[in-house]
Amino acid sequence: MIDGILYASWMFIIAVGLTLIYGVMKILNVAHGSLYALGAYTAAAFAGSWLGHGHAPVGSYGVLLVAGLVVGLIAGPLIERGLLRFMYGREEIVLVLVTYALFLILEDFTKLLFGVDPILVAAPYALLGNLQLGHLVYPVYSFVLVAVSILAGAALALVLKRTRQGKMLRAVIHDREMSMALGINVSRVYLVTFTAGAMLAALGGAITAPTTSVQPGIGAEVIVLAFAIVVVGGLGSLGGAALGALIVGLVRSAAVHYRPEVELFSVYVVMALVLIVRPKGLFAAPEARKI
Amino acid sequence: MGRDRTLPTVWAALVVLLAAGPFLPQWALSFVSVALYLGIVVLGMALLMRTGLVSFGQGLYYCLGAYAAGTLDHFYRISDLLLMAIAGALLAALVALVLGLLLAKYRDIFFAMLSLAFSMILYGLLVKTSVLGSTDGFGLSVKTFAGVVLGRHWVRYAIYAFAAVIAAVCAAAMHRYLDSHLGRLAGAVRDNELRVEYMGASVHRVIHLNYVIAAALAGVGGALMAATIGHVDPETTANWTTSGEFVFIAIFSGTGSVLAPFLGASIFEAVRTFALERFPNTWQMALGVTMLLVIMFLPGGLWSMFRLSRRGA
Amino acid sequence: MATILEARNLNKSFGAVTAAADINAHIEQDSVVGLIGSNGAGKTTFINMVTGYVTPTSGQILYEGRDVTGMQPRGIAQLGIGRSFQIPQLFNTMSVHENLAIGVGVAARSTRARPDAPGEAAERAQAERLIERFNLGGYRTQAAGLLPEGVRKVLDIAMAVAGGPRLLLLDEPTSGVSAQEKFRLMDMVMGALQAERVTVLFVEHDMDIVNRYTHRILAFYEGRIIADGDPDRVLKDAEVRRYVIGEQIHPGRKDASAAAH
Repeated sequence: MIDGILYASWMFIIAVGLTLIYGVMKILNVAHGSLYALGAYTAAAFAGSWLGHGHAPVGSYGVLLVAGLVVGLIAGPLIERGLLRFMYGREEIVLVLVTYALFLILEDFTKLLFGVDPILVAAPYALLGNLQLGHLVYPVYSFVLVAVSILAGAALALVLKRTRQGKMLRAVIHDREMSMALGINVSRVYLVTFTAGAMLAALGGAITAPTTSVQPGIGAEVIVLAFAIVVVGGLGSLGGAALGALIVGLVRSAAVHYRPEVELFSVYVVMALVLIVRPKGLFAAPEARKI
Repeated sequence: MGRDRTLPTVWAALVVLLAAGPFLPQWALSFVSVALYLGIVVLGMALLMRTGLVSFGQGLYYCLGAYAAGTLDHFYRISDLLLMAIAGALLAALVALVLGLLLAKYRDIFFAMLSLAFSMILYGLLVKTSVLGSTDGFGLSVKTFAGVVLGRHWVRYAIYAFAAVIAAVCAAAMHRYLDSHLGRLAGAVRDNELRVEYMGASVHRVIHLNYVIAAALAGVGGALMAATIGHVDPETTANWTTSGEFVFIAIFSGTGSVLAPFLGASIFEAVRTFALERFPNTWQMALGVTMLLVIMFLPGGLWSMFRLSRRGA
Repeated sequence: MATILEARNLNKSFGAVTAAADINAHIEQDSVVGLIGSNGAGKTTFINMVTGYVTPTSGQILYEGRDVTGMQPRGIAQLGIGRSFQIPQLFNTMSVHENLAIGVGVAARSTRARPDAPGEAAERAQAERLIERFNLGGYRTQAAGLLPEGVRKVLDIAMAVAGGPRLLLLDEPTSGVSAQEKFRLMDMVMGALQAERVTVLFVEHDMDIVNRYTHRILAFYEGRIIADGDPDRVLKDAEVRRYVIGEQIHPGRKDASAAAH
């Protein structure tokens, strides 16, 4: 069960960024996976270098965080201003293909930057030691992950509900044309949204880096899972992303526990089942009549 | 407007391929076979796109077709190419008949995601099924065609020739289909579902039908792939990256003609083979860049280049 | 004369909004009926209920004596009811000819079609005839999405006719068409329909048009039918003038202005 929550919180950070981008910009960002990977690689590289130079291991946590956020901060605007901006107005599915192309490009770009060998930076992970709960042992780091995840989610929720920027974002999610008519600078909202999403993805990668070996292909793995969660929760719904992540996490850990063979596809079965029962996901926005 | 030269071109191409076959080197035979079976799968995708839907899960049927072919040889010692193709098409069509009932209710992103989900379910199933070789898959070989035993040196040519014939027949049939009432109805569904229903036709039925056709084509393509390569595994068939390649080729080719998917598949395969050898770490980047360029400048796909030039003349 | 369409105590509410209340009407075969009323009065809701887009909250709709209440648009179309839309619903990427060919083709394959119905060549010919009758010859090969607005409206109507309906519902056929063109459009449409035996109901805001082409008028206000009868009577009806046409008669002022002249 705890496994499920751990898994869920890891996926939540990634899923929430994805659903945010979709909610505001109506773009299903396939490249989210590569942003995750870039964050992981950068964080691992810098943390490794930090530790290699003999600096205090505690500092490596800061390095991870900063690396993740900075990657998102740089990549986000670059992608949005440099590419996506020219594609607005095209059909939704075309934008998915654009982000898919971007994903392909970034996959190789990451390989060029960091090479194809796996990078292992276990120190930050191992440093915190383990925690014993009942007769199960869990690494403390995983709980740090959960904490970061909850913090990120809470911060996002707060920003959206309380700040003016957040309210504008929600307005655009609700009705883009009306927002423009009201004078909201939608173009800037898009930039901010995409950057925020990118930062979340990269952050997710950065904090996951110490728990696994960072190698080519982690982006591809992650993105399909993120899709499943976001679709289950309802595209554009942040609460949905949380619930979706929880469901997927619990289902997956249950599968691993009871029937390991079905682990891989259990997630997709859940996705299919949810879509069958609720064709637009769990928390989907209702649609108005057209004629 | 010039006379429609599509069908004569299809038959001419078939004749050329069949005649040239015995003189082509191994690698050329393989290359053309690959382009042909990929083209067949993409032909099905183009039909779905004509109906307004992009499937991110054609890999499901491609995989079913491949494994059907493989199973016949590996487990039942039936190494007949014709039976493999039929089995592939049938299995794919049957599954699509069932899944299509559900999928035809969805559109846009949700259709794409649900189709993706189903293909990943199959992927997950196969990876964990040791009888079918899990991630390694298993090998197969073709020994006969419609009962006729093929000499060892002729197997490659037989697969190649069969692929060419199937491709030609499928292309010709699709061309006729698109020109018929049902074909027009597909475009109508894409343009305005409301009006279609108000005329008295069932949108669900049109989508279901075209979904099954596209699946059958993917199944045949998968079976041909299995025969050509001699190996099936989950990664190269059911994984979403394979479905993504089909989407890419479909967009790249455009839906302007039944010949377009084959042209697109040829170029794709050429670039992939070449790039994979020389630039194993950047060929995906090249693919991505090409896709972006096509989306930005040739929204109708490669085929629209032909239409543009004809209009100029 | 036979009743082709009958509405019995139709009601429709969307939550707190009453879009239709207590609608009763008998439409006779081969008649031309105008539906008038200000925006939101319930005309389009009535059409939506008859064509199955919306299910009535209560009440019945009978077509040719058969209860079709709550039937889906597809079934309604197959029974022979055609409809045109306020905003033309066309197949934008396809040519005018293809649009009509699809309409003809679907009708030829519907449950209503004769089993010995002609093949595709005859269907294409039928589409051609429609093109001629509705003066669309000049636009035959153009994509519907690129046509001028007035032509799109005509095509929309032609597509409704392509199905060979016995009852035709036109939702504001002349809206968006310039004042000079309105009569020409209606002349052509009515002329094209005369060859068939079709009952026509159309929603219209222009009283001159309603007066000219209809045998009977139904006036709507706030979801109810406030007048039902021949054009002369209805258009002079006090309530209709007040709530639909918008004339207000002030007896005092009229005398004063008459005296001033």
